[in-house]
Amino acid sequence: MSSETQKILTTDGIPLEVSLKKVERKNKFKAFLLVAPLLFFLLIVYISPIVGMLFNSVDDRMVTNALPKTFKAMEDWDGKELPPEKVFDAFHFDFQKLIEEEREGKLSTQLNYEKNGFKSIIKKLRRKSKSFEEGNYKEQIMAVHERWADVEYWRAIKRRAPAYTYSKYLKGVDMYQNEDGKLVQVEEDRRIYKKLWVRTLKIAFYVTLFCFLMAYPIAHLLATLPMKYSNLLMICVLLPFWTSLLVRTASWMILLQQQGVVNDFLVWIGVVANDKRLEMMYNETGTYIAMTQILLPFMVLPLYSVMKTISPSLVRAGKSLGGTPFITFWKVYFPLTIPGIGAGSLLVFILAIGYYITPELVGGASGTLISNQIAYHMKYTLDWSFASAMGLMLLVGVLAVYWVYNKLVGIDNIKLG
Amino acid sequence: MTSSKSFVRFDKVDKSYDGKVLVVKDLNLDINEGEFITMLGPSGSGKTTCLMMLAGFETPTNGEIYLDSKPISRIPPHKRGIGMVFQNYALFPHLTVYENLAFPLKVRKLSKDEIDKKVDKALSMVSLSGFEKRMPNQLSGGQQQRVAVARSLVFDPQLVLMDEPLGALDKNLRESMQYEIKHIHENIGVTVVYVTHDQSEALTMSSRIAVFNDGKVQQLSSPDKLYEEPVNSFVAEFIGENNTFTGEVTDISDGKCKVKLASGAEIISNPIRVKSKGEKTKVSLRPERAIIDPEAKMENKYKGKIEEIIYHGDHARVRLNLLGNKEFILKVPNSSARMDIKRGNEINVGWNSHDARALDPKSI
Repeated sequence: MSSETQKILTTDGIPLEVSLKKVERKNKFKAFLLVAPLLFFLLIVYISPIVGMLFNSVDDRMVTNALPKTFKAMEDWDGKELPPEKVFDAFHFDFQKLIEEEREGKLSTQLNYEKNGFKSIIKKLRRKSKSFEEGNYKEQIMAVHERWADVEYWRAIKRRAPAYTYSKYLKGVDMYQNEDGKLVQVEEDRRIYKKLWVRTLKIAFYVTLFCFLMAYPIAHLLATLPMKYSNLLMICVLLPFWTSLLVRTASWMILLQQQGVVNDFLVWIGVVANDKRLEMMYNETGTYIAMTQILLPFMVLPLYSVMKTISPSLVRAGKSLGGTPFITFWKVYFPLTIPGIGAGSLLVFILAIGYYITPELVGGASGTLISNQIAYHMKYTLDWSFASAMGLMLLVGVLAVYWVYNKLVGIDNIKLG
Repeated sequence: MTSSKSFVRFDKVDKSYDGKVLVVKDLNLDINEGEFITMLGPSGSGKTTCLMMLAGFETPTNGEIYLDSKPISRIPPHKRGIGMVFQNYALFPHLTVYENLAFPLKVRKLSKDEIDKKVDKALSMVSLSGFEKRMPNQLSGGQQQRVAVARSLVFDPQLVLMDEPLGALDKNLRESMQYEIKHIHENIGVTVVYVTHDQSEALTMSSRIAVFNDGKVQQLSSPDKLYEEPVNSFVAEFIGENNTFTGEVTDISDGKCKVKLASGAEIISNPIRVKSKGEKTKVSLRPERAIIDPEAKMENKYKGKIEEIIYHGDHARVRLNLLGNKEFILKVPNSSARMDIKRGNEINVGWNSHDARALDPKSI
């Protein structure tokens, strides 16, 4: 090559390329410093709780550390018949230590999650074990309560031996690992979580659908009305945003309860008999109504921002080319609003799938969602690891929805405004 | 031009959007089959409103529009069968070029073969064969424009409306598109109603031009007549360049009149809109009709002082102070003969009385 590129030097003799890179590096560092606080903040309040949650959901070291000798002795027990004498010895030793450290209560809670009935027999064992004689613990323990002589309970203890477990995830879908290590479903009448997942998905889906059906005409009106009217309508749409979520939910309670405004009105105009007032609250209906209203703006706004960009001359072109108003809408207008529909639906669906306050207040027993169950385990059963497991499953579910959406529509097509 | 022959007829059409102001006033307009009619006027003159009424997107407040002697005010736009090209092309951005062109054919339920044939024909007409699979945003402005034209013609409408279709293109492209549209019109003989505010576009393309102002057609005539013989001062000033003198008629006879200007000079003019002595008038004279060193037979000969020379390449515009008018423009061809044209020099200027048209005094 004749035209060899000549190295360009700056006045102080350093190649220009090197100096430029140096300056660029400096700028990049400065830019990084600007976003560093946010990054740091996200790391602390977002990433680390999720990692903690993940860890929490599989962590089972509490039981493992509580009964170290028992689990060691259980290693060569096949689990078919009652464990041998040395397991009982070890269990007695571990248990005495726990009593000294006053940790046997926690153990009983954990074992009770695994199998119902542990709480009372551990309490009883604690009382009786004070008067135990040296040696032959197997018989003495079995004499405390008949369940201590039941091999099922010892198997339950053995199942808790590993320090890390995914049993919480299985529990989240109504399954467990049985004695042979196989995954089986829990008995029919105790399957609650699967039903809850299905209900959560169903409610989120229908809330999204209702929001879409209601938001589409509103957004269209907003985008086509003259400015002075559309501003007023926009305020009406945004008004709920400026009101506390609790206030809005509470007002729905006032409206929907059996002695509430809606029922009073229906009775007054004679549609509903006074003794057969509609139940619109503390069930799925209440959840649907309140959630649809609360999530509506999240659908209206993306739709509006997309519709605003659609030139009215496109619809006119469709008509002038011979398309009836319906064909023009369906073939020209509607396809152009799909990015907005996608964005709005994704937003509403993801918000709905993890909704808590509203179903908690108006949902009753049949209208609560998975997040209410998570809260229940956080607050009442204190089974945080199970709550974490369900939270993580919810998170994975949302990511899956996102992934599917990306495959179908493409995330680049989303328009949030 | 009788009404029985006319293809499109506006009959006493009024249009008001708010019930207070008429944007189109008592409009009567006849368009013949196969004509290329341009509606020309400043923005807000009502020309686009007329087009929208013809397309069916607006309804006349009063009066009726006839298409092929049938009243169409009550026919919705999609049943009128009128092709239309929009200002910003209005190509469907989510459809390919082929699908855009096939849209009017599909809604008319044509067979796949027919659609293919017609789309092919329309695309080759605008020399865009091979672009079927492109999306509109992959085309340049000129190409999009041509697709829009092809789409408006693909279903063989008898009438095509074009609403400032070239407004978004740059100057060179606009000029070549003007010829292209004109040729398409000549080849297929479709009636075209074209709206623009660009007078040069109107002059090059149209068979007739309707000049709009203030909701009314000021003049409807062929481009050359419009330029040479404007009937009022609005048209004279809107179309092309114009030198004006305001004055009063002092004598009128033999198809000539004398107009006395404020400076006291009297010029001899062609009375178009003035009938009697004493009338106020505005005399309009095209810059190219006034010449330097006038011939002896010219009736108007005056001396003017050169105020400014503006270079335009092939010609120069010379601004004179003539008879008290400091804005008198003279077009001088760029030739080596005229070396005496310098700022501050005095030169002799003259014109025929026939070219100085005494019009109405209304100013714009």
